[in-house]
Formats: sequence, structure tokens, C-alpha cells
Amino acid sequence: MLSQSTQLEVKNLTTCFRTSKGNVMAVDEISFSLKKGETLCIVGESGCGKSVSALSIMGLLPPSGYVKSGSAIFQNNDLLLMTTKELEKLRGNRISMIFQDPGSSLNPVMRVGDQVSEIFQIHLNISKQEGQKKALEMLKQVEIPDPESRMLAFPHELSGGMAQRIMIAIALACNPDILIADEPTTALDVTIQSQILNLMSEMQLKTQTAIILITHDLGVVAEMADNVLVMYCGQVVEYGDVKTVFNSPIHPYTKALMKSIPIIGKKTRRLDAIPGRVPSLDMLPSGCRFERRCAEKNDNIVSNCQNKIPPIFNVDSVHGSRCWLEKGNE
Amino acid sequence: MSKLGKVSKNLSENIDEELLLQKPVSVWKRTIKRLLSKRSGKIGLLLICFIFIIAIAAPVIAPYDPQEVLIGKEIVKLKKREAPCIHVFGCDQAKPQHLMGIDGNYRDQFSRIIYGSRISLSIGFSTVSFAVIGGVLLGALAAFFGGWIDNIIMRMMDVILGFPSLLLAIAIVAVLGPGIRNALLAIAIVTLPAYARLTRASVLTVKELDYVKASVALGASPTRLLLFRILPNSLTPIVVLATLGIATAILDAAGLSFLGLGAQPPSPEWGTMLGSERNQVFSAPHLVFFPGIAIMITVLAFNLFGDGLRDALDPRLND
Repeated sequence: MLSQSTQLEVKNLTTCFRTSKGNVMAVDEISFSLKKGETLCIVGESGCGKSVSALSIMGLLPPSGYVKSGSAIFQNNDLLLMTTKELEKLRGNRISMIFQDPGSSLNPVMRVGDQVSEIFQIHLNISKQEGQKKALEMLKQVEIPDPESRMLAFPHELSGGMAQRIMIAIALACNPDILIADEPTTALDVTIQSQILNLMSEMQLKTQTAIILITHDLGVVAEMADNVLVMYCGQVVEYGDVKTVFNSPIHPYTKALMKSIPIIGKKTRRLDAIPGRVPSLDMLPSGCRFERRCAEKNDNIVSNCQNKIPPIFNVDSVHGSRCWLEKGNE
Repeated sequence: MSKLGKVSKNLSENIDEELLLQKPVSVWKRTIKRLLSKRSGKIGLLLICFIFIIAIAAPVIAPYDPQEVLIGKEIVKLKKREAPCIHVFGCDQAKPQHLMGIDGNYRDQFSRIIYGSRISLSIGFSTVSFAVIGGVLLGALAAFFGGWIDNIIMRMMDVILGFPSLLLAIAIVAVLGPGIRNALLAIAIVTLPAYARLTRASVLTVKELDYVKASVALGASPTRLLLFRILPNSLTPIVVLATLGIATAILDAAGLSFLGLGAQPPSPEWGTMLGSERNQVFSAPHLVFFPGIAIMITVLAFNLFGDGLRDALDPRLND
């Protein structure tokens, strides 16, 4: 059923957290598929479940979290059913991950070269000398100036951008099929951001790695994504390819997000903001989760909005929205 | 315009070259540098080096065998517990020189003090390494696995901490029998919980840091995480405590020996020497004074060094 090029097929993934207020659903039935060499961006505001869905796929949820249902099929195996041992073999080898703050993602007491070569030793079972050689090659590939002497540096001697390059080198060392990047540029300044994004695109072209990019920066999405998944309160509210979602967003939340991007040169007194607050995950409304902040609800459908969670309506084969307004347009 | 561009390009190249010339400074080099910039660290390190040299070169420095009874072996007849005879200070040239006098068994006190440094240092280091290895292992396991393992290990440590340490050490020696090896074991067991607690606290913090999570995401096994990520990053406070612990261990061992539970008489242990001559404090003060001073200097050296090390390793105190 899976086509040859599909790397990852996530279906109805639901993740819960045990809290003092009972079980809270952080990710609610999200589904997506990822093809070879493709970039999928997951966008949404803080706490909407972007990172948690990535962590669920990797099996890295904190002890209070658990996957309630769903599947994540990777090479005919369900990642969510794997044992820790099996996952260990995949992590860093077939599926890699890079994190938000490169400065704190590297082990401070180990030389950078050793950290890169370690990944080869773990997954390819090769000697330290060979690992070092490969590590040097990797550092050259991620365009680190003077890689020979950088091999001997400690992480605190590197700038943020340099450290993120090292992280990318480690993550891509074993030519993974999937790279999950959890806000890889949030901690970096803007010029370094674009360098890192460019590097990721270049590496992707070379290795055909599929990337899941988690971000809340719509600029990054526009630059990198093939497909976009917009999340709100743990649910996917809109998905589609990047051009469609940016040019003709249909979900009111996506539209509001697009409107709130400042445009340089355009004179506006205040930026558009979405009124209200994100509802707390332990007190979710029974209907559409965006209903209270929605600008487009109208009297014809408002009872629907308040009482029933809308399903995802597919506008066309690659574009869908979780909004009652689309009920007729399906 | 183009000239300007060229100049700035040259400039940036120069800066790059300068950056490249800077050798990465290792953590240890920096620590030693900072340690030596403080007076306490400097004096402590100096004293420790001094004691080490004495211990290593003991056969060269000491004029006599520490256990040799000198009755009838000297030209001038020796008295029991004879006061120090130092030629520079006007002692009769005909008499053989005894820098710290003669003890109750006609042995040269100076040689015994010199050889005693060997025993004290080895006691200090072996007890502490024993306690550190055990404590770090237990503490790390407790923190890393948590749950019931944590509970069992830490409650055991709490029980040990519940006793006054010297009293527990005496009890352990009483069960195992007196002797230097048992005293050493007793002190190690008594000091172990401190290391276990410290390690646990420090591992608990490091465990939650980003680079540990990043390593999990990149496929590191739990063993690798513990040995190469978490432990090296939580060792700093343990190194400091261990240095200070050497001083305590030496003191405790001397105490046990003083009570007759540690090193047994012929061996030139400072505490034993103190203990066996304690009734002669007024008639032969040199026999109590010198071992006491030796213990004090050694303990002081490690305390000063430990303090200096703590300052040097504390990231909050910048140079």
C-alpha cells in the first residue's frame, strides 16, 4: 500500500500527558505522510503539540507522556510499537533529530571531533581512527572553516551557528532517511538562520533525506517547505502544499496567522493579532477549538462550531481544512 | 570603493588567521591556571608536592630504618625517649644526630615521621578512591534509574549517615578486627554516602540537560549516556569533595590508629605514634609534637588545595 517513495506514514497519532488535572491530550489524531527528499513543515504556536508529535515518533516522550493510539509506519514497521532497543538502532542512524539550542545540545566535556566520530562508532561499528576520518569529511561537508583544528575544539569554543553545523553533521552522519529538526534556527540570529537553512537544503539535495521541520516562523516555512501542517491545540487545522496554503489559506486560523505577518514597507499602525487566548488543554471546548477566537463564524453554522469538533474536509487531494465552513466545498 | 573592500577583506583574513592560531584551551589547563592564581591553592599544591616528595624519597631522606631498634648500635649510649639532638643547634658533635629525638623503643623518630607520610598518603588516597568509586557508582545508578532502585540505595545511605561517623567506623573495625586494612575499609564505608548523595544530586541535574536528550535522539545507549555524557559532566563537585575527603580520611585513620584500632604498633603511622606515647606528653613532648604537626600539615595541605580547587572549578567565579 505504501508507495516506494513514502518514508513515513503517520496515522491518527494521539499523545497524552498525565498531569495533576487528569490526562491531557497534547496531540490529537494527527496524520501525515512524508516522501523521500521532501520537507514537511509543522507550524503552530507554542504548546500546540508540534514538538510532542515529533518526540512521540522518536519514542522520546518524557515519563509522564504516552502515545494513546495511532501508528507511525517507517519501512513497514510501526515506530510506536518498537522496543527501546530497536529504536536505539534507528535513532541517529535512520531517523535523526536536531534541536533548538545548538549551544546546549553538544556534550561540553568532549571534543567536537570525538562527538562526530562517536556516531559512526555507535551505528557503523568502525574503529575510532576511521570514525575520525569520516568525521573530518562530515565537517567539510557542512562547510566548517578549518575543519582539522575544529575537530579538537570543545563546544564552548564554537559560535551558535558553528555548533548547529556540528549538530547537522552528527545528525546526517549516517545518511538518515528522515531528519526531524525541532526549531533548528530559533536560537540563532537571522543571518546565521538563513545559512543554516541553506545548508540543510543543500544536504537534503545531496542525500535525499526527508525533513520534518518544526517551527513557528512562517518565513522559514515559506523558504523550506514542500508541504505544511498547521497545528492548533494539538490538532491539525490545515494541511496542504506550501504554495496553496500560503496563497489561498482556507482555515480562519491560518488566514489570521498570515495576516499577522508584518510586511516590511507597508504602513500599518498595529499588527493584526488574533483576539483571545489559546484554550488550556485541560479545558477544551466541546466544539471547534478555534471557535471563540474565530473571525469567520456565522450564524448559520455557529451551533455546529460550538458543539461538534469539525472533521478535516479535503478541499482537493492535497489540501484540507478542519472547519465547518468547508462542509459544502468538499 | 573596491580598495575599501579589499582592505576589509584583508582585515577579516587577518582576524581569521589570528583565530586559527589560538589553540583550544583544555579544561584542566584552565583549572590549574586558576588554581595557581589563588594563594590558598598555591600553598596547598606546594605542600602536597612537598609531602609527596618526602613520601617517595623516604629511603633517601630518612637516616635510619623506621623500625630499627638502636640499642647498642650507637657509639654513645642512648637514653629512652631522648630529646632531639641537632648539631647545628649546639648538640654535642660526638653524639649521632637525631633530628626529632628517640622514641620509647629506641627508634629514630625523624625516620619514622618520614616513613609515616607514606602510610598516611596511601590511606588517604585509597580510602577516598574506594569511597568515590562506590559512592559515584551507587549515586549515579540511583539517579539514572530512579524509582525503587533509587529508594533502596538512598535509604541505605541514609542509614549509614544516621550514625556518628567515627563511632560507626569503630563499630566496623570492632567487627572486622583491628588493623590498617580494616580501618581503611571502615572509613571508606563511613564516607561513602556523602559521595553517593552528591553524585545523585549532580546526575539528576545533568540528566535533564539538552545534550543528554540530544544524545538519546541520536541513538546513544543508556550505558554510553551514563559513562560518556552524564558522569563526566557531573564530576566537578565530586573532585572537590574527594580532595577535601583525603584530609578527613587521613584524620580519621589517625584517630582510629590513636585508639589502637588502625595501624598496629611497629608500623610508623602518625596516629599510632601519637597514641603510644600520649602518656609521656610532659616528659617527652617531642614524641607527641612531631606526629601531631605532621598530621596537621598534611590535612591543612589537602584542605587548602581542596578549597582552591573548588574556587577554580566554580564556573560562577570568573578569573
